[in-house]
Amino acid sequence: MRQTDRHFKFDWVTILLFFALVIFGWFNILSASQTGDAIEYLNFSNPYSKQLIFIGLTCILILLVLSIDGKFYERFSSVIYIIALLLLVGVLFFGKTINGATSWYAIGSATLQPGEFAKAATALAIAKYISDLNTDIKNVKDQMQTFIIILLPAVLILLQNDTGSMLVYGAFFFVLYREGLPKDYLNIILFVTIVSTSALKFGALPTVVVSGLFLSVFYYFRRKKMKLIQPIGLLILCLGLSFSIQFFYKNILQPHQQDRISLWLRLEKDPTKLEKMKKTFAYNLNESEKAISSGGPYGKGFMEGTRTTGKFVPEQHTDYIFSTVGEEWGFIGSFIVILVFTLLILRVLHLAELQKSQFSRVYGYSVAAIFFIHFMINIGMVMGLIPTIGIPLPFFSYGGSGLWGFTILLFIFIKLDSNRINEW
Amino acid sequence: MRKILLFLSVIIVGLIFSARLFYLQIYASDTYSLYHDNAIRKVYDYPKRGFVYDRNGKLLVANQPSYDVMVIPREVEPLDTLEFCSLLKIDKEQFIAKYNKAKRYSPRLPYVFVSHLSKEDYAVLQEKMRKYDGFYIQKRSLRQYETTIGANVLGDIGEVNNADLEKDSYYQIGDLTGKQGVEASYEKTLRGRKGIKFIQKNRFNRDIGPYKGGTYDTLPEPGKDIKITIDAELQAYGEKLMQNKRGGIIAIDPSSGEILTMISAPTYDPNDLVGRKRSKNFTRLFKDSIANPFFNRSLQGVYEPGSPFKLMNALIALQEEVITIDEKITCYRGYKYAGEFMGCHCPSGTRNDLIRGIQESCNAYFATTYRRILDKPKNASEGIDVWSEHAKSFGLGDFLDNDLFVGQKGRIPNRAYYKSAYPNSFYSTYTISNAIGQGEVATTPIQLANMIAAIANRGYYYTPHIIKSIEGETLPEQFTTKKQTSIDKKHFEPVIEGMLQVYKKGTAKYLQVDGIDICGKTGTVENFAIIDSVKTQLTDHSIFVAFAPKDNPKIALAVFVENGYYGNRFAGKIASLLIEKYIKGDITRTDMENWLLTHSLENEYAKPHSGLPFKINRETQLQVIPLPKDETNR
Repeated sequence: MRQTDRHFKFDWVTILLFFALVIFGWFNILSASQTGDAIEYLNFSNPYSKQLIFIGLTCILILLVLSIDGKFYERFSSVIYIIALLLLVGVLFFGKTINGATSWYAIGSATLQPGEFAKAATALAIAKYISDLNTDIKNVKDQMQTFIIILLPAVLILLQNDTGSMLVYGAFFFVLYREGLPKDYLNIILFVTIVSTSALKFGALPTVVVSGLFLSVFYYFRRKKMKLIQPIGLLILCLGLSFSIQFFYKNILQPHQQDRISLWLRLEKDPTKLEKMKKTFAYNLNESEKAISSGGPYGKGFMEGTRTTGKFVPEQHTDYIFSTVGEEWGFIGSFIVILVFTLLILRVLHLAELQKSQFSRVYGYSVAAIFFIHFMINIGMVMGLIPTIGIPLPFFSYGGSGLWGFTILLFIFIKLDSNRINEW
Repeated sequence: MRKILLFLSVIIVGLIFSARLFYLQIYASDTYSLYHDNAIRKVYDYPKRGFVYDRNGKLLVANQPSYDVMVIPREVEPLDTLEFCSLLKIDKEQFIAKYNKAKRYSPRLPYVFVSHLSKEDYAVLQEKMRKYDGFYIQKRSLRQYETTIGANVLGDIGEVNNADLEKDSYYQIGDLTGKQGVEASYEKTLRGRKGIKFIQKNRFNRDIGPYKGGTYDTLPEPGKDIKITIDAELQAYGEKLMQNKRGGIIAIDPSSGEILTMISAPTYDPNDLVGRKRSKNFTRLFKDSIANPFFNRSLQGVYEPGSPFKLMNALIALQEEVITIDEKITCYRGYKYAGEFMGCHCPSGTRNDLIRGIQESCNAYFATTYRRILDKPKNASEGIDVWSEHAKSFGLGDFLDNDLFVGQKGRIPNRAYYKSAYPNSFYSTYTISNAIGQGEVATTPIQLANMIAAIANRGYYYTPHIIKSIEGETLPEQFTTKKQTSIDKKHFEPVIEGMLQVYKKGTAKYLQVDGIDICGKTGTVENFAIIDSVKTQLTDHSIFVAFAPKDNPKIALAVFVENGYYGNRFAGKIASLLIEKYIKGDITRTDMENWLLTHSLENEYAKPHSGLPFKINRETQLQVIPLPKDETNR
């Protein structure tokens, strides 16, 4: 009885969703990278053939990750973290530069991106640190130490000139907040985000006026005792932030950065300038939106996308892979992909909450948060909801390091989760 | 709260993404069409447009190649405007204006940037075309007229306009379509079907191969050649005679309804409306609202028929048995009725029977006849409807169901028509002008020619038509079935005898042609124009109808010459010459020919526009011009 149970300890729902995404992802890579000639699965100059190898190796990797004892990851998390940091430092000196980012170790023609593995390592380290009995996240000193654990790899990645991957470390905020980080952090983040976006989009004055109205209503209907100085202070902060963000946007940002923001917030109304943007830095985005839109409700069919076949969207098999889904599988296919991603993240989140050990829970939470940030930024970017930030779509985008990084990240959690019952 | 922050964020982002997908793919997405996909290049292959031959197989219209520079604005990349403009021989302002116009039309559809390049410009441009993204050269076929005659018959082709584009999805901007004449009425036969190739492009606008291996591609289907019923030689001769005159001529082969000649004067050289000079010439001809060369007088000119209509009244009277052939009616230099008087040129006291009535075109005779027709039933209200139905059975007063691009109904009044003018009482005298083909009756030359054809056939006609044959098709039944009139065959002989006497002894005595028995009838029609809001009488229209030979007729025609004064002065001479030309092949009456070529009506046409007082009819002086050069050399 116990023998058969062992196989079913793994969460098969997660594993199923994982494989569904990997396999569907591969078909889209095939479509996006085929050249119109006959499909040659064994010609390894084609991305789709290479990805097939990566997927094969991933299966071996999964067996490896699952066969190691769960305790190993907890015990050796610091070591793994330090190795990851060393690899990140090393890549700055010995790395190969691809598309402006020095993020790759090149061994012959094969390349490896340590940044993709550092996420899992950092997640382990954070889980280890927070689950330590001596750590109290409400304590400022411990907060600082946590931040350092997160910032070290983040800064190293920023030094590689890979801004997108750095932003992923923001995912840990969700983890820390879940584990008791004071609410003020969330408030500050929300306040700054909402006020600065609004100041840029609608102007500083309207933002201050609306905030003022909002705060007076809030003060008038207050439940708890509140001094008048609090809302007034907030309003002054709001005023300062609104005007300084505008100043920052107009005077300190480079023109090309201004352009990105103005495109994202739809500030540019001049059609000729918009046309110019579409021809320059917004070219990818424009083509990607067009490809998705041309798919319509049902899509043009597998390998039938005219914009995909014509290679209209640059980088389509990597960061812009979702536009292939949009064009060839239409609304129905794209919606299902979004649904599967959402379900996978929610599933991991649900499992994390079920964990008995804090280490497993924090780690699981980190996994869900990292997937969420990737999912949100990548698909948001491809559909024009978020400024262009180049990060891959987990399991979908072409690339071995990415696939393996995400696989390790996920399957360590699946392994930890499988030990849940043994832990009493 | 702490537990659900990420949970909620995931769900919200999932919902926002779904909404965005819905917006992009369902709300903002057009129904997908291969034709609108800018990842697919559409290459059109225009087929050969069908040739047009005359009834004897003489080639009238062929094709010549032409090259248009097309633009798809959203595919245009920054380019060396200066070089491009110099290649196209335009300046930068024109370039910008054209480009903006194209963009306004549609950023994604092809637009004609410069049309009809010369062969030399094409050769130079073709080499450099690949440098200009978004521009390409479209080869088309233009018309090549092998003749200078028949502009109104043959018509022309021109770029489709917005109405054409909306009406028929076959067309795309820049396509050519028939605009007038045969080109328009046989557009679908002549154009064939264009072929299309779908080619997959990449983002550098380069072709990477046929889309789906060419599954959706189609081959062009060449247009069919057609043969029209026009006799090119007769047409050319008629147009020569009509120089310096205005009017319309239709000649029909009565045994088939085939239109042998369709002349509208003034006319123009059809080659003027081809290629680059088209737009300049089109504007010139279109704006000439006085001579109005685009107005096809033989089909659209609605004139009072005048005396030729007396033939119709004679036939109706015989059919209704209100006169006999031998009954004589006395003419007192006219006809008195209800205190009024209709004049006639017969000497007072002349007694005319039917044949002499026709021969001398006696107004009194036909006024009496007309009144008897109308008064035969209880009252004239019923009588005029009987009369109207007989006339309509000859195809008058309605569009002939033919294959011509334009036409007019003309008018044959009935009781209902007069209802507003005479709501209660109605007497035959009210409409007595109809007796002599004036008043409310109005016909076009083609209707009148058809009426003569029906008389020549002794009671039936074939719908007049312009198509003789189409490659691999049979003619529609409407052109090959006899249309019977409501007049019995026996009543035609006396009328035809009268028409013969018109030539032998009557008003066309001096127009005889040796060896041909021509039956004819002159007409002289009063007409008026509004000049400075005053109704002013102009010189009468000269009208003539005829057919020949009397037995087994080969040609029936109607000739209208505007302001030519009496019937045999211009129209009668032209009719006789055309008949001789068609039946004999050459001309013996060179005296008449010379007279026509040396007399012009241009002076007459200028008068109402001069702003000065002028005289008409008998008091005018005919303008004499020297014989055209090619004639004097002969």
